Amino acid sequence: MNKFISILFKNSPILIFLLIWECAGRVDQSPLLPSFSMVIVEFYNLLESGFLVENLAHSFIRVLVGYLSGGLFGIMVGIFMGMNKAIEEALKPLISMLLSIPTLGWLPLMMLWVGINEALPIILIFICAFFPVAYATLLGIKETPKEFINSAKALGASNFYILIKIILPLALPSIFTGLRLEAGMVWKTVLAAEMFAIPTGIGAMMINAESLIRVDVIMVTLLVLGFMSFGFEKAIYALEKFLTNKWR
Amino acid sequence: MGYIKLQNIFTDFCLQNINLNIKNGDFVVIQGHSGAGKSTVLNALAGFVEYEGDIYLDGKCLNDVPIQKRGVGYLHQAIHLFPNLSVFENISFGLKAQKTGKKIVVKEVNSIMQRLQISHLLQRYPKNLSGGEKQRVGIARSIITKPKVLLLDEPLSSLDEVTARGIRKELKSLAKAYNLTVIYVTHNLVDAEELADKIVYINKGKILQ
Repeated sequence: MNKFISILFKNSPILIFLLIWECAGRVDQSPLLPSFSMVIVEFYNLLESGFLVENLAHSFIRVLVGYLSGGLFGIMVGIFMGMNKAIEEALKPLISMLLSIPTLGWLPLMMLWVGINEALPIILIFICAFFPVAYATLLGIKETPKEFINSAKALGASNFYILIKIILPLALPSIFTGLRLEAGMVWKTVLAAEMFAIPTGIGAMMINAESLIRVDVIMVTLLVLGFMSFGFEKAIYALEKFLTNKWR
Repeated sequence: MGYIKLQNIFTDFCLQNINLNIKNGDFVVIQGHSGAGKSTVLNALAGFVEYEGDIYLDGKCLNDVPIQKRGVGYLHQAIHLFPNLSVFENISFGLKAQKTGKKIVVKEVNSIMQRLQISHLLQRYPKNLSGGEKQRVGIARSIITKPKVLLLDEPLSSLDEVTARGIRKELKSLAKAYNLTVIYVTHNLVDAEELADKIVYINKGKILQ
């Protein structure tokens, strides 16, 4: 019973918010403010028709491809920079500068360069993931204590062996910080790209609902987006824990 | 074999014309105040710092030999066990890095762990080890590759006297069993008295005696 009360108390702000929303929607009776229960009904309808799943799948694949390729490429570039002083000195100022540009700032340029097609959101997500992950990987590698590297060398290990066995595993927390920071951001990016340029996906669904004044659909997409963004971040966090928890 | 000769060794801001001959199998303790240059001698021998002069091991000049190929084992006072590797992985690190066969790795690791009485720590990670256990694992890791020379930089300084006494005994017997030349840096007089075949005093980067 105590546990139940504790959970109830912990989640009371959410419950109060939903209650106020429900009451406001029922009192207002306007299509501009559907009640929470109406949004849930619409969510169920969209789910049953397959429309939501189809659009979510489009967005999810774009996010996954862009995020994984951007993240992996970022890790590779970060490793090259971290292991080679000349490459670091050449690339670091450029990466630091490009890192500070908001991802959506690339949208007009990419629309002209890439065109309005499937590659556009993927490239934007790639950019979104690449720069922070490259920078975080570089930092993680640079933070590996020199004493560990010297100890490993004294044991006869080659530079590549040390990279694989010591430097990269010890850089994982920093790499995951970069990945986690962007896990939510990539969903905002895909949303914006789909709203402006692509006719499929959760963003396109939202902008279409706006033109039809379907606030309930907009709210469903917002809820789904929030859930996906939160879930993505949690999944990255769980992966980090899985890989590093036994020794950290 | 592990005959060492240091000839006219200078380093930036520290060592000034160090000359030292150490016979094979000797247990040499280097003493001196903090900042005297004791650790820098070890770092130069291991190849961790740049130096002027010549260092010979068994008559071979080490000046241009990379750290990996010097045949020198090294243990720092902070031990620096790799935190992401288990005790087994830490101890076997050197053998695996040198592509030793799996069966030999397991045999060698088991043998040294038994000798140092740390077999029960096999799957543990460094974060779950006590100070004395870390020292034993560090010692096992540094000698499993059978280096010609073992460099120890104040390895017992962070331990209580009872634990330190036990490890001191083990060190002495391991050095004999493996026919190791050991250079041991400390400012602890007990360490020097109990372990040394030869004591070298360093002050302000110079050998006093």
